[in-house]
Amino acid sequence: MRRVQALRGGRVAARKETPKDSRPMAVVVEDLHKKFGDLEVLKGVSLEAREGDVVSMIGASGSGKSTFLRCINFLEMPTKGRITVTGDEVALKPHNDGNLHPSDRRQLERVRTRLGMVFQSFNLWQHLTVMQNVIEAPVHVLGLSKADATARAEKLLNKVGLYEKRDQYPSFLSGGQQQRAAIARALAMEPKVMLFDEPTSALDPELVGEVLKVIRDLANEGRTMILVTHEMKFARDVSSHVIYLHKGVIEEEGPPKQVFGAPISARCKQFVSGIN
Amino acid sequence: MRWDWLPFYFPMLVHGLYLTLVLLVVSVVLGFILAVPIGLVQATGPAPLRYLARGFCTFVRGTPLLIQLWLLYYGIGSLFPTIGLAFPGFKENFMWLIRLDAYYYAIVAFTLSYAGYEGEVMRGAFLGVPRGELEAARAFGMSPWKVVSRVWFPRAVRQVLPTLTGETIDQLKSTPIAFTIPVMELMGVTSRIRQDTFLTYEPLLFLALVYLILTFILTRAFGYVEAQIPTRR
Repeated sequence: MRRVQALRGGRVAARKETPKDSRPMAVVVEDLHKKFGDLEVLKGVSLEAREGDVVSMIGASGSGKSTFLRCINFLEMPTKGRITVTGDEVALKPHNDGNLHPSDRRQLERVRTRLGMVFQSFNLWQHLTVMQNVIEAPVHVLGLSKADATARAEKLLNKVGLYEKRDQYPSFLSGGQQQRAAIARALAMEPKVMLFDEPTSALDPELVGEVLKVIRDLANEGRTMILVTHEMKFARDVSSHVIYLHKGVIEEEGPPKQVFGAPISARCKQFVSGIN
Repeated sequence: MRWDWLPFYFPMLVHGLYLTLVLLVVSVVLGFILAVPIGLVQATGPAPLRYLARGFCTFVRGTPLLIQLWLLYYGIGSLFPTIGLAFPGFKENFMWLIRLDAYYYAIVAFTLSYAGYEGEVMRGAFLGVPRGELEAARAFGMSPWKVVSRVWFPRAVRQVLPTLTGETIDQLKSTPIAFTIPVMELMGVTSRIRQDTFLTYEPLLFLALVYLILTFILTRAFGYVEAQIPTRR
């Protein structure tokens, strides 16, 4: 924890926008490493997101940004590092596969309920209708009554514009509709932080806009979000902080104005040059 | 063609039908209950359990049901009286086991057979569920048990329903094998009729018709269940 304090102090001084930031930390990732066999795809990546932050991670394919995001809720097990979600540091122990695994399953499950994950390929449960998808985890993980969960789901489906589709099965929906349903499903858990893993990469170009609009609305509401994306303009518009990842290390990070406007790293400059 | 035997043997045939149906339903239900963990363990379980399940499926699928049935009945079945002879205490306490009707051996053999076939089918079905949907379940904080009971199993079982229809009908058509140990199910009764009346074809034709009707009803019943699940795959 001492290191966090030091790190926090340094970072706060460097950030001009938020002097003496007192908002509580939502997600803190420290020195995250991840190896797949001999290949080290993350070589010590750290991230801090305070409540209300929108942190975007950009970078070429294979830079490790998706892996990093998936480590935050332990869909991938990190090789080294520490992850703290809303003050809860996930207890880890070495596993014989060479990675660290959460040692307390209940803590892991508790932490995961605070992280709303949206996947590139939607991953809606195909055997359930849209409504059933949205109430599934609130009822069976959080223990909400079906009526409460349904009321909550109706509001969210209205918000993402899918109320009329609530009794449809996912496979009858377009990609954009499926992704909006998936966002509603994640929001139904009332998570502290939303994690987006390339939410528009699997969509036809004409469907990207409707999904980005929903995500933009969430950002405007002040939701804490960590977003892995290839949509540069979108990242520049909605983010409070942008991280440019290259070959498993942070090559450049800062407010979007800096990363997109005046990057220090030549590589980052080249990477973001396409969008202006 | 002579059909005058039918009224006389009708009650016996009804009882035979009853035994056939109970054998079918019990072995399918129990077999499927066994098949789920057998399939799941092969898809995700620790190595020893995986090999055990795999070996079981290989044995069941690799040997004729007739031999499995005979191994159980004449092998293990004759073991109990032998133990009874050697240990009088065993005989006193486990007389029911020694006198156990052939029908129960048939139920065990047919259950294990169905479990072996469906265990393999369920393995494929579990592995066929997209990883992403399981990841989503875990990402929302479901416990391993919840992941299986809420997503993995319901998702897998929907995929195997059409296969189950066929396998259950196959199971029905295997039940005549039980008459060899002997169980007086439909085939057993028919065989008895043929011996009593010296008729060659009529009882067999009648039997074929009964199985045809049963198959038709089963197909309709499964079709109805499938129609209740409107998902497009």
